[in-house]
Amino acid sequence: MSRHDIQLTVNGAAHRVQVESRLLLVHLLRENLRLTGTHIGCDTTHCGACTVLLDGDPVKSCTVLAVQAEGSQITTVEGLEQDGKLHPVQEAFWENHGLQCGYCTPGMMITGCALLARDKNPSEAQIREAISGNLCRCTGYSNIVKAIQSAAEHLRQQ
Amino acid sequence: MIPSAFDYHAPASIPEAIALLSRFGESAKVISGGQSLLPLLKLRLGTAEHLVDIGRIAGLEYVREEGGSLRIGGRTRESVLERSEIVQTRFPILLDTARVIADPLVRNRATVGGNLAHGDPANDHPATMLALRATVVAQGPNGERTIPIDRFFTGLFATALAADEILTEIRIPVPPNRSGGAYMKLERKVGDYATAAAAAQVTLDGAGNFTEVGLALTNAGPVPVRASAAEDVLLGKRADDARIAEAARRAAEAASPTADRRGSVEYKREMARVLAVRALKKAVERAGGR
Repeated sequence: MSRHDIQLTVNGAAHRVQVESRLLLVHLLRENLRLTGTHIGCDTTHCGACTVLLDGDPVKSCTVLAVQAEGSQITTVEGLEQDGKLHPVQEAFWENHGLQCGYCTPGMMITGCALLARDKNPSEAQIREAISGNLCRCTGYSNIVKAIQSAAEHLRQQ
Repeated sequence: MIPSAFDYHAPASIPEAIALLSRFGESAKVISGGQSLLPLLKLRLGTAEHLVDIGRIAGLEYVREEGGSLRIGGRTRESVLERSEIVQTRFPILLDTARVIADPLVRNRATVGGNLAHGDPANDHPATMLALRATVVAQGPNGERTIPIDRFFTGLFATALAADEILTEIRIPVPPNRSGGAYMKLERKVGDYATAAAAAQVTLDGAGNFTEVGLALTNAGPVPVRASAAEDVLLGKRADDARIAEAARRAAEAASPTADRRGSVEYKREMARVLAVRALKKAVERAGGR
């Protein structure tokens, strides 16, 4: 059972941690770094509650080993806010009531941010495709889609 | 869920990776994107004493045309395949396939080589690669060898790769003019394995007759299934609805699915027939046949 010294950047801050080979990225974030905004839902690569950005790509952090993230840039929901100001996607989820229980919300917003970083004018179909790996059991998705559309509009005007 | 303990190795080169695999033999597993392997280890359906991560080896992720083949690096992520211009414009069957593998988040990690090397007959690329008559390139202690896709899948979760070999490339012959392909999958929801799915790749001559046909099925037996009898029905014949219907019936006969929550054997076989019709018709349409 090997242990590894890894370095990674999480929400702009450099970290050096020692991890067991089998430690999952989501556990590193939540337990070692105490960033509990990233949720564990199904733990079986289905629900997307644990979605984080790994070098800009949204991935399910329950299905990445912490040691695989060595040298990477990670963004969690805690990293979306900048200088005390919510990210436009966060603002839009708030304004459009893009959540009910809130469990899926960190993952949804991370996926939404990744989509809009690539394309500021996605169609509704593209939005629904992008979030198809993030499950929500409350909203029926309508307000989530609306929130991402509204954030896209805001970002286009910036 | 936490996997049982293992040692993790991140070689920087292919020779280094092969040396590790040679040393550890059957107790090691190659980890590529990890999107099949990690769930398996977490559920403790499988164990490995050593994981050899090929993710740090440079130059294994590419999609390019070379020497009459489309060459896909073994560690190419599905999301990279989806965004590849040559795939989007000239290999619609690969685009169809990549888009229905798991979900977009998983596709940011999952790799094409991993989808094949996992040896799961429920995975989507195997049928597509059978239809395209791909060749798998493997590197091991004795150098490089090529394995025709028809000899690659040897059993349930078993492939022709030796324990000390790495799948480094997939080569697909660039189809001639008047070719087309399609992959049609029935799934209960995004991210599910196929209830049934069919991959078709065809070439037509000027008169609208089939000169090349590849037809294969996903999740229709212990290994991915080539529907050879169906291909024979079509070769040299006109691409019309009656022939396609007959070929699809033959394809369904080649399916030996197992009953599960996705449906009964009869239902799955019938869906294989329906999807074979749709995949063939779409392939013909894309080949400019109608």
